[in-house]
Amino acid sequence: MSSAPHFGAEGTTPAARGQTTYVDAIREGIREEMLRDPSVFLIGEDIGVYGGAFKVTDGLIGEFGEERVIDTPISETAIVGAAVGAAMMGMRPVAEMQFIDFISCAFDMITNFAAKSRYRTGVGVPLVIRGPSGGGVHGGPFHSQNPEAYFAHTPGLKIVQPATAYDAKGLIKAAIRDDDPVLFFEHKFLYRRIKEELPAEDYVVPIGKAAVRRTGRDLTIVTYGAMVWTALEAAKTLEAEGIDAEVVDLRTLFPMDEQTVLESVSKTNKAILLHEATRTGGIGAEIAAVLSERCFEYLDGPLMRVTAPDTPVPYSPPLEEAFLPNAEKLCRAARALAAY
Amino acid sequence: MSDLTRDQKLELYRFMRLNRVVEERLVNLYRQGKVVGGLYRSLGQEATSVGTAYALADGDIVGPLIRNLGVVLVMGYSPRDVMTQYMARATSPSGGKDCNLHFGRPDRGVISPISMLGALVPVMAGIALAGRMQKKNLVAMTWIGDGGTSTGAFHEGINFAAVQKLPFVVVAENNGWAYSTPFHRQTAAKSLVDKAAAYGIAGDQVDGNDVFAVYDAARRAVDRARSGGGPTLLESLTYRMKGHAEHDAQAYVPKEELEQWRRRDPLERCVGTLVASGTATETELAAIDTSISEEVDREVEAAEKSPLPSPEDALKNVYSSRIPEGEPAAVRRNS
Repeated sequence: MSSAPHFGAEGTTPAARGQTTYVDAIREGIREEMLRDPSVFLIGEDIGVYGGAFKVTDGLIGEFGEERVIDTPISETAIVGAAVGAAMMGMRPVAEMQFIDFISCAFDMITNFAAKSRYRTGVGVPLVIRGPSGGGVHGGPFHSQNPEAYFAHTPGLKIVQPATAYDAKGLIKAAIRDDDPVLFFEHKFLYRRIKEELPAEDYVVPIGKAAVRRTGRDLTIVTYGAMVWTALEAAKTLEAEGIDAEVVDLRTLFPMDEQTVLESVSKTNKAILLHEATRTGGIGAEIAAVLSERCFEYLDGPLMRVTAPDTPVPYSPPLEEAFLPNAEKLCRAARALAAY
Repeated sequence: MSDLTRDQKLELYRFMRLNRVVEERLVNLYRQGKVVGGLYRSLGQEATSVGTAYALADGDIVGPLIRNLGVVLVMGYSPRDVMTQYMARATSPSGGKDCNLHFGRPDRGVISPISMLGALVPVMAGIALAGRMQKKNLVAMTWIGDGGTSTGAFHEGINFAAVQKLPFVVVAENNGWAYSTPFHRQTAAKSLVDKAAAYGIAGDQVDGNDVFAVYDAARRAVDRARSGGGPTLLESLTYRMKGHAEHDAQAYVPKEELEQWRRRDPLERCVGTLVASGTATETELAAIDTSISEEVDREVEAAEKSPLPSPEDALKNVYSSRIPEGEPAAVRRNS
């Protein structure tokens, strides 16, 4: 991502002035929602005085006070559990996992309490759980994971993962306003590496809507999160080779925008499912199943996955590089698929 | 029995008797095959449920567990609600979506438990936190068994509540058994109340089979919570007189121990206290029993007539909008 492309402005270098980074976009979105709605509050470890391990909530305690920006003990179960209780009371908590890897410590609260509440008791849980996911920063096995698939398998949750600063702000605002529990997976690699000019006025990016980031004729790359940039980088390389790739950014993993995926693949007739998370039981497998069920007669080649292998995330740079999908690996798959 | 009027004392008795009678009828329904799934008894523990919940005020919120039938009755749910739940009817508080005492709504003052023990503790801490933010001056109360205190969720929830000084009462219902596991296999602590000191909160221990003592202790804890004194861990010493559920013959329980606790039956003790103190005569209490019996008869009849849910309800209410799809339709090239 050293040379991150900029959507809609290929070949231009965005000026630094007036540009908002991905991390600042999330903070702005949270801040605007806190100003708009007094029931929104933040809860997590080191999010107040320190401003969060990645400074996502930097400065908010000064503006909103410690009652609305709550520093907690190291207790993910208590953070999410208390957020669930508060949400049942009509509050709109935004809980931070310092690294999204630690979401496993709150698994029960998310999958059994938050996700099932509306179904079994009629009581909605308007809760957002957010945190930095993903690798590429040599964080090792416990600071690099992409745990979204665990939760996509749990009815009752919504899952979003923004790839751009615009979406990061628009989706965090939509997540906070949503009446269901939303898991908001940020990609830590993007925090300070991408920026763009954002609208001055209030906007949301609706949950459940994908975006076509690049149009193409020959094959569709369906992806999300930081891999959107990898897909765009690969698409440039492929273009020079005469392969015209379309890139679909899911933005929301559940409920998935099947319509946009189906429209794209029924046009290109070929699809690569790309994600940074490991392969088995991943989001890519789910998309492949949907395409097989609903788009079978349009397919001119195998549904191909480009993902991390089924291993923990390794620490040492050469190992992590071998683990992570990248443009080169994606291009190899695209060439093989284009040959069908 | 400090601040209770005669009517309140009789009401405590009434709720305990109602708890027991409802459960006896549920046993009948269970044996007739009308209860769907298991039946979890609270025999011998009625005083703990009723005495603690009775110490709360309007607007307070509870998170009961499956043996806290007395709690939901004190909070205003009807015997019919409980029976329709156990019979999985459409008209039950959960609409047939969840079993036994898994029901509740904040506006009814009850948060539904999940089966993972300890989970209610952090969630109820969140209820107390929200109540404070919303300036409602409410107290949150939850119950946990001796087994549940071994979970991480219990620790995290009570620790967070302690740090935040939340208006929260955790009743540790020490009934001697977690399924077949005795207290000494659950913890090396001498008593559950010892744990309060480690969290830096108030701790209290009470004879859980004396409803008036339970009420007094709970009332002190509730008053402390409401006046800003933070959480209390209240250990109630009681005994599980039946197995984990109706299928469990509790062969692992020493007979002499059961016999010992049978002599401390909370209802008999309540009757003894009320009669000895001249609060009520045995005749007056028998009249209460009769009215409860008649009420529960009517409730059973109504519950049995209640319909089962429609199959299409299985897909409803997973999300605030959007109904989950059933079978997907294939997109055909030439259609």
